[in-house]
Amino acid sequence: MSVAIAGWLQAGLLVLALAISYRPLGDYLAHILTSPKHWRIEKFLYRLIGVDSEADQTWSVYIRSVLAISVVGVLLLYSILRVQDHLMLALGMPGMRANLAYNTASSFVTNTNWQNYSGENTLGYTAQFAGLAVQNFISAAVGICVAATLIRGFVRRQSDRVGNFWVDLMRLNLRLLLPFSFVLAIVLVASGVVQSLADPHTVTTVTGGHQTLYTGATASQEAIKELGTNGGGIFNANSSHPFENPNAWTDWLEIYLLLVIGFSLPRTFGRMVGSQKQGYAIVSVMALLWAGSTAINTWLEARGWGAAARLAGGAMEGKEVRFGIPASSLFATSTTLTSTGAVNSTHDSYTPLGGGMALFNILLGEVAPGGTGSGLYGMLILAIVTVFVAGLMVGRTPEYLGKKIRPAEMKYAALYILATPAVVLTFTGIAMAAPSARSSMNNTGPHGLTEVLYAFGSMGNNNGSAFAGLNGDTQFWNLTGGLAMTLGRFLPMIFVGALAGSLAKQKQTPASAGTLATHKPLFVGMLLGVTLIVVGLTYFPALALGPLAEGLS
Amino acid sequence: MNRLPAPILRHLAALRALLVLTVICGIAYPLLVTGIAQAAFKDKADGSLIKDAKGQSVGSALLCQEFVDAKGNPLPQYFQPRPSNAILAGSTNDHGCDPAQSGGSNLGTNSDKLKQQVADRQKTMAAFDSVPGHSVTPGQVAVDAVTASASGLDPDISPLNAAQQEHRIAATRGITAAQVEALVKANTGGRDLGLLGESGVNVLQLNLALDAQYPYTGKYR
Repeated sequence: MSVAIAGWLQAGLLVLALAISYRPLGDYLAHILTSPKHWRIEKFLYRLIGVDSEADQTWSVYIRSVLAISVVGVLLLYSILRVQDHLMLALGMPGMRANLAYNTASSFVTNTNWQNYSGENTLGYTAQFAGLAVQNFISAAVGICVAATLIRGFVRRQSDRVGNFWVDLMRLNLRLLLPFSFVLAIVLVASGVVQSLADPHTVTTVTGGHQTLYTGATASQEAIKELGTNGGGIFNANSSHPFENPNAWTDWLEIYLLLVIGFSLPRTFGRMVGSQKQGYAIVSVMALLWAGSTAINTWLEARGWGAAARLAGGAMEGKEVRFGIPASSLFATSTTLTSTGAVNSTHDSYTPLGGGMALFNILLGEVAPGGTGSGLYGMLILAIVTVFVAGLMVGRTPEYLGKKIRPAEMKYAALYILATPAVVLTFTGIAMAAPSARSSMNNTGPHGLTEVLYAFGSMGNNNGSAFAGLNGDTQFWNLTGGLAMTLGRFLPMIFVGALAGSLAKQKQTPASAGTLATHKPLFVGMLLGVTLIVVGLTYFPALALGPLAEGLS
Repeated sequence: MNRLPAPILRHLAALRALLVLTVICGIAYPLLVTGIAQAAFKDKADGSLIKDAKGQSVGSALLCQEFVDAKGNPLPQYFQPRPSNAILAGSTNDHGCDPAQSGGSNLGTNSDKLKQQVADRQKTMAAFDSVPGHSVTPGQVAVDAVTASASGLDPDISPLNAAQQEHRIAATRGITAAQVEALVKANTGGRDLGLLGESGVNVLQLNLALDAQYPYTGKYR
């Protein structure tokens, strides 16, 4: 079988698996977010935590609760990293330096999982599983929680309540993320991923050399790392490391996991707003963007542009033999179109335009299908912008799902769209102006600019993958990066919450002959166009100086 | 308790929720998975270690290792893994495939440095793999033999790369190229499920099979 046919088949198999999961997983998520019944263990935990599980919160209380758990999350994780040498299974690793611990704590709490350290020679086992992995669960659930408030904003009428954060958080962890991760972690171990808390084992190699093998709770973290679109690896090499991703089957499974919640949430949305077709429209846009980006990236990498790749006979620098080019491109596209940021190959060594596509995916705001929850709310904001643009063309007050898109709603949507680019471009500008920041670049010329733009694009959009040649472990990068990740995560969440509150207060507007049908192919096409145009207008100048300049010269 | 202002109560609730989730997701979950993994899949969970005839672990089937002499020169009687950037910075006796230093070069495809590395590797490998009666030109050297992997620990080489090294192995060990080729074939893995990924040859397993079947009698250390 040729490389191209095998590449198409593995992508096709992935689409099939995601299509099969769409209904059951989407419906199950809708059940979790709407069921009035609590499990007995949940009731016990609500008492333990001291929250009223029957209280319905206003948007501002809900978002304040999100911020509260994030603040205590950063503080606890920061402390664990600082004092990890006093914990069990520390493997003799010293406590992390303050600015690196700040960066890492912000990174894992914001679902970014940008890593300025290499796990296997910086962290003990306990800091990895009791510190980092916990935030993999919480940050994934928090994204879905915020998306749930926006859906409720569309569903509820003349209400100022958008749900109960503590109930959503606990249910998503106990009913979805934990049981799924558990089963998948066992599947991963059975397929060769390591899971051992024994001290690193030193072996004498065939020719008398020595290798020390770090293992850790890798499979258990790998499962939630992908399922929760986190992306922070146990090892520096992330999912290209054979202990995290030993063969092409685990690779395929990991790609499936990082996409499956994002691609099923439109079903949850359709079900909760009472029209499956609305869900199909949203998922179509996501699927078209994903398929198009995958095809382009695979083609670019297979062509192997760039002087070194030409000389070598292919773009295999930074790629593993067991995956080859199609599975690497498939992973790279999926990880950058979600907020995952795990990598099975080094994006820095991709062909100029192939690496540029990965960057473009991130700058799209990770909406195809995006991070758990964040992808859905990102796409719904773009849907609101789309009905607004359509409304302007015909001179009507736009509506979406029976709710009027008035100046207040548009204000929040516009702020959402502007927040992340403002963070990304401002910090990129500062970094390019500061000689100390520029000296972190591994490559020169346009490729060096791409490294910097990719870094802040990735952190601002909470992706976490890197053009990893950049040396991020400096005071400048640790501090600005931590700030960029925090702003890029919580500013948009606040605007989504405000939008949800504003929508929930409205009454239902019945659809009329002039209402734009938001479940038809026409709308799908318009939403696709708006998504591409918004990001194109925002980032084109920066992209032109980086990947485009390199790729077209 | 209820006299406290709402923001403080909220952060206390958040802290308790965080601690509860730390116990469940951060401690119980990984320990349970570790217990099951160790009970049911011990070999895999420990890193798929390979033992030699004496029962000593000689490495992991999942990780590359260097087949070099004390000076770091590649040994001609062994198949050579891909170039590796998993090297301890500043070390003089670490030549690659160091599991404590996973990572790639992160050089762009237009980088002059990478271009130079590729050119150098092509020249070195062509000379290394050329034996009387069988010459390899720099342009013929397999792509994965001149590029480093993402992890620096890639355990595999492409079948093309293995084929290119066969004649050198045969000449050094005093056997025929056909005998080496048969062993390579036996150690070549296809695509998973017939369509996932690419086929590769596991270098450590192949070299162990070589040593078992056609022991090398010369000295190498």
